[in-house]
Amino acid sequence: MSRLAAFGRFWWDFVVGDDWVAAAGIAGGLVLTAVLAAWWVLPFVVALVLAVTLRRAIRSG
Amino acid sequence: MGNVLLVLSSFLASAVEMVEALTIVLASGLTRGWRSSLLGVGSATLALAVVIAVLGPALTVVPIDTLRLVVGGLLLVFGLQWLRKAILRASGYKALHDEDAIFARELDQAKTAPRDERAGIDWYGFTLSFKGVLLEGLEVAFIVLTFGSTQGNIPLAALGAAVAVVLVAAVGVLARAPLARVPENTMKFAVGVMLTTFGVFWGAEGAGASWPGGDAAILGVLAFVVALSLAMVALLRYRRAQVVTA
Repeated sequence: MSRLAAFGRFWWDFVVGDDWVAAAGIAGGLVLTAVLAAWWVLPFVVALVLAVTLRRAIRSG
Repeated sequence: MGNVLLVLSSFLASAVEMVEALTIVLASGLTRGWRSSLLGVGSATLALAVVIAVLGPALTVVPIDTLRLVVGGLLLVFGLQWLRKAILRASGYKALHDEDAIFARELDQAKTAPRDERAGIDWYGFTLSFKGVLLEGLEVAFIVLTFGSTQGNIPLAALGAAVAVVLVAAVGVLARAPLARVPENTMKFAVGVMLTTFGVFWGAEGAGASWPGGDAAILGVLAFVVALSLAMVALLRYRRAQVVTA
């Protein structure tokens, strides 16, 4: 692996972690919050994303 | 209240990461010699200081709403990762983090690795310590900088982290053993809750939403995240018990 790819991989792992779905869900939640300008969107999204990411982790063993 | 949570979050996150770094440094020092290992620790600390020195002032010039949006999003991603692992451990789906077992594994690997000595330094020991401290410390540096800059008080966040580093290092030197008795899983659960709470609060503010009750709403968010996490643990424990019984 080239040094650049390894560098990119490190930051991907550092920021996104082992479940990209959670990161994508949070990004979507922030966009929705900005569109609706509503405080209750993020708590709702967090509950949803946490449930989904736990389910994915259990299924993948 | 925000400042208390700020110091507590920095302290807990730093303590957890430093306990893990200590395990690696101890394994390296005991098997490969303390000189190379401590040089690795010193070099990693220097690298972290450079990251903080560059990133810290840069963050203070970013507009506060943009900072809160980006930091809130990142804290949410980090927080949910910590929380997911903590919930899986608390509900029995993932083995508890065991510093003794990790120490034994690191010790074994360090003993069998071939010796590569140049300029009086064992490079395996140096690299092991360097990577351990840098990788564990990077997350702490990020948390301290983002928490501190968003709350407008980097020194206070750094104080919480520094107290944890000194405390873990002092206990580690005295014990000369991994700190297996530290309630690491509970602390990780608490850090996950804190990161997620601040992430929700700042993320929503940065995206343009206003919290009812202003800053006091952070306590409501905290209560929500704690209740949600405990409910998930209870639900997964019940589900696991059902699967085992069936």
